[in-house]
Amino acid sequence: MPVITYRDALNQALREEMQRDDRVFLMGEEVGVYQGAYKVSKGLLQEFGEMRVVDTPITELGFAGVGVGAAMVGLRPIVEFMTWNFALLALDQVVNAAAKMLYMSGGQYPMPMVFRGPNGAALQLSAQHSQAWESWLAHIPGLKVLAPGTPYDAKGLLKSAIRDDNPVVFLEGEMLYNTKGEVPEEDYLVPIGKAELKREGEHCTIVSHGKMVLVAMQVADQLAKEGITIDVVDLRTIRPMDVDTVVTSVRKTNRAVVVEEGWEFCGVGAQVADYIQRECFDDLDAPVLRVHQADVPMPYAKAIEKAAKPDVRKTIDAVKRVMYLES
Amino acid sequence: MLLQRRFEEKVAEAYALGKIGGFCHLYIGQEAVGTGAISVLRDDDYVVTSYRDHGQALARGITPRAVMAELFGRSDGCSKGKGGSMHLFDRNTNFLGGHGIVGGHIPLATGVAFAIKYRGGDQVCLCFFGEAAVNNGAFHEALNMAALWKLPVIYVIENNRYGMGTALERASAINDIAERACSYDMPNEVVDGQDVFVVREAIARAVTRARKEHTPTLLEMRTYRFMGHSMSDAVSGTYRTKEELEEHMKRDPIEVLRGQMEEMGDWNDENMTTLDNEVREVVEDSWNFADNSPEPSIEALHENVLVDTTSDAEASAAVAGD
Repeated sequence: MPVITYRDALNQALREEMQRDDRVFLMGEEVGVYQGAYKVSKGLLQEFGEMRVVDTPITELGFAGVGVGAAMVGLRPIVEFMTWNFALLALDQVVNAAAKMLYMSGGQYPMPMVFRGPNGAALQLSAQHSQAWESWLAHIPGLKVLAPGTPYDAKGLLKSAIRDDNPVVFLEGEMLYNTKGEVPEEDYLVPIGKAELKREGEHCTIVSHGKMVLVAMQVADQLAKEGITIDVVDLRTIRPMDVDTVVTSVRKTNRAVVVEEGWEFCGVGAQVADYIQRECFDDLDAPVLRVHQADVPMPYAKAIEKAAKPDVRKTIDAVKRVMYLES
Repeated sequence: MLLQRRFEEKVAEAYALGKIGGFCHLYIGQEAVGTGAISVLRDDDYVVTSYRDHGQALARGITPRAVMAELFGRSDGCSKGKGGSMHLFDRNTNFLGGHGIVGGHIPLATGVAFAIKYRGGDQVCLCFFGEAAVNNGAFHEALNMAALWKLPVIYVIENNRYGMGTALERASAINDIAERACSYDMPNEVVDGQDVFVVREAIARAVTRARKEHTPTLLEMRTYRFMGHSMSDAVSGTYRTKEELEEHMKRDPIEVLRGQMEEMGDWNDENMTTLDNEVREVVEDSWNFADNSPEPSIEALHENVLVDTTSDAEASAAVAGD
């Protein structure tokens, strides 16, 4: 099976879906002539032309709304945000328009569209460029929220998102674009709403999504050397969440740690922990612990930036705490 | 126009009786704008509007029954009772809503026009909003892209002088707001919004430009709202005087039209009375229909949050089979 980058996996998904359905088009800042700020749309302008690969002005609210309008009359827009940090300017369109259109029209206007772009922190980009927005977006009924952590899932989920008749928020990762993994050549889809058990173990469950799946896998590798084996549940889809996979794992391991890039308060991990306490109350041998960004805006200086981010060491500490081991 | 007037008078009555709730913004005084503008459109054109949408919905051909039932929050409403006054939608007449965030729907109209161009069609999209929306970023972003990409959209400012209680002069750095189009090199006009024929002519010019040249237009319709901003707002007294209101009411668009028709010699008081009686019957019927329409079922609460389909059956099967 070919090994390709997360970036190329996304590129393949876009290309294949645009070849498959001429209602699908891509719009956003620098997606065309520049070939994508992160080169995810490389070659697409040349293949599909400027009507289907649309360079927009820096006007996030405006072009997100253009996408919503186009979706109302039957096109299938993919709206790229150069980063989700910039998408805050467009949240009125995502939340007030796209997410609610079907409901407030009594079912008359579905929103077959995707909002996508990098989410979460990269390196030393400081406060305004380093935020993870999934808990904000997943709060909204009417949206599906995806956060793939591997090239395989990135391609399969993006294809599913483009074919879905609902508005889908697709969260990528700047630090993920260069990561590599096996991606089959044949057409495949990863279903929305299905988590995956990425590693099987027996002592503790780590639930994560997006970039933090890589952290969870490293934690599992390291702890395996100490004889501690981990169930790594990759949510892949945050909303609708695959609670069954989480619950099945926690009922087996009796312990859970939730790792996410975002802040603690009202975070995705809070929701996961709530499902676990409801469904696994009698199975738990320890309180559910959470690993997350420090409760501060992201700093610039390297040392304190590192201190702010969730990482392998913090996650190992959390696992050992739920196992009542010395760390 | 008379239907819209009598309909909304009845809406006010229903609101007072508690049959209609929430925010409810009446169009009384502005009827010539929506009526004249929409009368120029073809069936396959599109309309996007703000929350002051009852009159335009009726002008576009949504039945008085479906609109009244929506206002009553009933399952036969044009949005199944889920939208209410501010969110009237109708796929059959390409009426794309009823939107509640000031200015937020203006980019949607640009997107509809983008889709028309994408498909190579010759339809147009008509977008209504109040004059206060021109101070909103969404307005500028939407107009810039429409002009940049040459999209067949007609933006209609209904300048009724007040954004809620704030007069135009207290909100906009320029008073001739049609000039905002100059920033985008977009054709624009100031139009007497109380004269339905003048509205029609201006819209017709814009529609021709949009169909033939894919050029957007910004039209400022000068009009006036005879009622408060919404049902909870006094008609006059706080931000505008009774005298000002009365002065503007002298140019009631229905009376202007009536005068024009009488001058043309094909209209008289008897015709007017007959029409008025007919319209009142239609409105009465819409009330009775709405009143007898069932409330949405409890099951409906959770319906229409998401659709459970994908772009084709193959994809659905693949997803289901995993």
